[in-house]
Amino acid sequence: MFDRRLIKNFDWGFAILIFLICSVGLVILYSALTAGQDAGTVHILFKKQVIWMGAGFLIIAITVMIDFKELDKLNLFIYTLCVGLLISVIVFGQLGGGSRRWLVIGFVRIQPSELMKIALVISLSSVYSTSVSQTGLNFTRLIKPAVLCMIPFVLIVNQPDLGTGLLLLLIAGSITLFVKVERKVFFTISGMGLAVAPLVWFSLKDYQKFRILTFLNPDRDPLGSGYHIIQSKIAIGSGMLTGKGFLKGTQNALSFLPEQHTDFIVSVLAEEWGLVGCTGLLILYFLLLLWGVNIAYNCRNMFGSILAFGITTMIFWQIFINIGMVMGLMPVVGVPLPLVSYGGSSVITNMVGFGILLNISMRKFSPN
Amino acid sequence: MSEFSKNPDKEWIKQRLIVASVCVLLVFVLLFLRLVYLQIIKGEEYRLLSEKNAVRLKSVKSSRGLIFDRNKTLLVDNRPSFNLKIVLEDAGDVKETVQKLAELIQLPFPELMQMIARAGKGAFYKPVTLQTDISREQLALVESHKFDLPGILIDIEPTRYYIYKKTAAHLLGYLGQVNSQELKTGKYPHVRTGDAIGRYGIEKSFEIYLQGKRGGRQIEVDANGRTIKILKTVEPVPGFDVNLTLDLELQQTAEKLFGNRDGAVVAIDPNNGDVLVMASNPSFDQNDFIGGISSKKWKALMSDPGKPMNNKAIQAEYPPASTYKIITSLAALEENHIDRYSTAYCPGFYKYGNRVYRCWKKHGHGEMNVINGLAQSCDVFFYQAGEKVGVDTLAQYALGCGLGKRTGIVLENERKGLIPTSIWKKKRYNEVWQGGETLSIAIGQSYNLVTPLQMAVFMAAVGNGGTLYRPRIVKTIEDNHGQVIQKIDPEITGGLPASKDTLDIIRSGLLKVVQGDRGTARSIRLKQVDIVGKTGTAQVFSMAKGEKIKTEKLRYGLRDHAWFICYAPAENPVIAVSVIIEHGEHGSSAAAPIAGALIDQYIRKMSSEETRWE
Repeated sequence: MFDRRLIKNFDWGFAILIFLICSVGLVILYSALTAGQDAGTVHILFKKQVIWMGAGFLIIAITVMIDFKELDKLNLFIYTLCVGLLISVIVFGQLGGGSRRWLVIGFVRIQPSELMKIALVISLSSVYSTSVSQTGLNFTRLIKPAVLCMIPFVLIVNQPDLGTGLLLLLIAGSITLFVKVERKVFFTISGMGLAVAPLVWFSLKDYQKFRILTFLNPDRDPLGSGYHIIQSKIAIGSGMLTGKGFLKGTQNALSFLPEQHTDFIVSVLAEEWGLVGCTGLLILYFLLLLWGVNIAYNCRNMFGSILAFGITTMIFWQIFINIGMVMGLMPVVGVPLPLVSYGGSSVITNMVGFGILLNISMRKFSPN
Repeated sequence: MSEFSKNPDKEWIKQRLIVASVCVLLVFVLLFLRLVYLQIIKGEEYRLLSEKNAVRLKSVKSSRGLIFDRNKTLLVDNRPSFNLKIVLEDAGDVKETVQKLAELIQLPFPELMQMIARAGKGAFYKPVTLQTDISREQLALVESHKFDLPGILIDIEPTRYYIYKKTAAHLLGYLGQVNSQELKTGKYPHVRTGDAIGRYGIEKSFEIYLQGKRGGRQIEVDANGRTIKILKTVEPVPGFDVNLTLDLELQQTAEKLFGNRDGAVVAIDPNNGDVLVMASNPSFDQNDFIGGISSKKWKALMSDPGKPMNNKAIQAEYPPASTYKIITSLAALEENHIDRYSTAYCPGFYKYGNRVYRCWKKHGHGEMNVINGLAQSCDVFFYQAGEKVGVDTLAQYALGCGLGKRTGIVLENERKGLIPTSIWKKKRYNEVWQGGETLSIAIGQSYNLVTPLQMAVFMAAVGNGGTLYRPRIVKTIEDNHGQVIQKIDPEITGGLPASKDTLDIIRSGLLKVVQGDRGTARSIRLKQVDIVGKTGTAQVFSMAKGEKIKTEKLRYGLRDHAWFICYAPAENPVIAVSVIIEHGEHGSSAAAPIAGALIDQYIRKMSSEETRWE
């Protein structure tokens, strides 16, 4: 049943690249943890992350076993399951930082909004693989994808987690543009968006406006996110060309950056390893993304191509939003950096994604 | 399949993937350029800032809303307090610095170190408060030695100041430091560790309005932690001001008249339920609570037998005594057991079953009707009236008059009092109601309990024609520009269960209490205005039959409580007063004069204001 050719076709290069980024991630995480926590906590958190990554590789191993084309058949089931989890978060969810995002099953805390990203990519790939055409999609063909998108979006934004909600839209939008929409459709939707935006804006309450403006421009909140950004910029800038050296960062003490081991981890890398280290990580990520695009190109199955592209897009947006935010180019949103930020949900989700990519890569020669 | 012809081929997909890759490349180039900008072009500047750990966040306390009386006289203010703080990062050798500081201004060194220890690990860059409200002398010493004391800084922060010490302390309340459990509830989003929140009275009930919102500054500091530059500021939002219905002058008069006696006074405006006076004696100094009350002072307050921390106006429950005869006559009249002319003969006692119930007047009042019964407070008349009405019907009327339930004033821990019924007794003691107990109830003894505020609201309703108001203590809430944020309108909670005729009869009886030649409170009669009221003497202890001890010899704690409730003028009243003096013995001699003096002052004040307006 298990084809030997599959092992021969296993994409070792991609797997090694993932392993490399994980290792770099752990090194940076160690720095970030030591600066802000006492020795005992560092040990616990670091060990946890190593375990998560180990589990991640296990998940990769499991994911590559099942032919990705099964995902096409199961797409609606996976999607419904994840939406179900999102709804149960509303009912049973655990509060954390003022929003309800976590679901506790036994001793594991999961964040269904993370899993939803993968589920949505699979569902959209499935829908688009049958409807894609060189002339582009028309309105009627976009109705189903739009519905698939809006259900989880509304649920996630209400948690409230605006960042993840918007990330979902960005991923879905990118995939949709990739499979091409009719020019007419593109301009109509863009035009409608521009027309409706002011109406929505004026119907908002003052405090809601303030929140959105702060989201777009952290400087408006100099005591909150604005302060984090300025500290983050100081940390990054002070790294200069070669950095201050491993564990020699001074800026990342707890009182400056509250989430240095999660969302602001790049500032630790930049401070200790300088421009050289940052460029290294950027290159690794760029290779990762190109590899993903290449997998999409080499796959002979339309569903597989779109799926590979979709997963790559998901990784891309996370990297761009996270690094952009830390450097003050992007709004302050809680998007973790793939394989580097601390956090189980993020590691697992991304590992599932990489597993799917490896899966597609292995089976690129089987057309149907 | 027609779809198939349009199906994308390899070349088409390749093209789209190339476009996508170029987009990714551009984004990465952008990220790289940003890195170059931050790390190479601005690198030097940021390196310097990071070495000094120079950009800090400084929180700026908002000033709490002010509290005014009805005439816009300021009652509760904020004053600047000099708070001594330390930033550990800048302090060099922390122990040495603190030791020097302790010697310089004579503060206990271990206590200061304890404050630092309590702040925990995360506090390296945040100022830790060592001592709040240091004196001007200490301030001068610290300022003149500031170069020997690295990391020590002085923050000027607003702190609460109660202008009139001990005045209306129970009503205004006080502040206390927030504790970590309260912070965890999420009820106080703008409050931080070390902040004070309302703990009692108005300060507590109106916390969310008074609180305001913290501001803060991003500042750049030098190596000693001193501010070089303010980078960004968010101004604090001051809390809202609260305008009370209280009349400061009247309140002060009431408190002065009390002297060192225990008890409470409430005065309200019968036309809207506005609380003009709410005094409870003994009182306490709210300023003692600022920055934490010392345990010695706290112990003294808690062990004082006069219970200074209790707001007796709403929390103390007393037997209503003869003031309850108003309820009994109201019920008897409404139920048609008596009318204006029905009489009873008082020989000085009333026989019920095989017990004898005595009248306070040993030799009796003779022939009594309801009006004279009220005026002379004849017990025998009301024994008979109460017997006819019955305990449960009487209770219904009492509840209708607002007794036995909270008035709904916006202060915490208001007590309900107690109006007994036969069912209540069955539940409480598992005993059957005895007919004789009804007689005691009818004259306000036995199980009945009321608060001074309840009696004031009730008396106001008798005066205004039967409308029960919810006592209002806050009229308006304003922002610091004087714009009204919230207006609290008078609120009617019910009406007395009495017809106009019934009320007229009761009023003429109560008018004779003061104006009649034999009235129990005739001694407080005023020239310019008629007072309508009722005295009461509540037994704390029932003396054994026939025993007569000179009251001066009777232990203080066993002496009777003195009641007086009233309103004035007789027509269109403007003020209703309820006074209780614990162990004051006689309503007529102890309580009534306080009410009389308050009314006198209030009426004079009103007429002088009127002349001013004319």
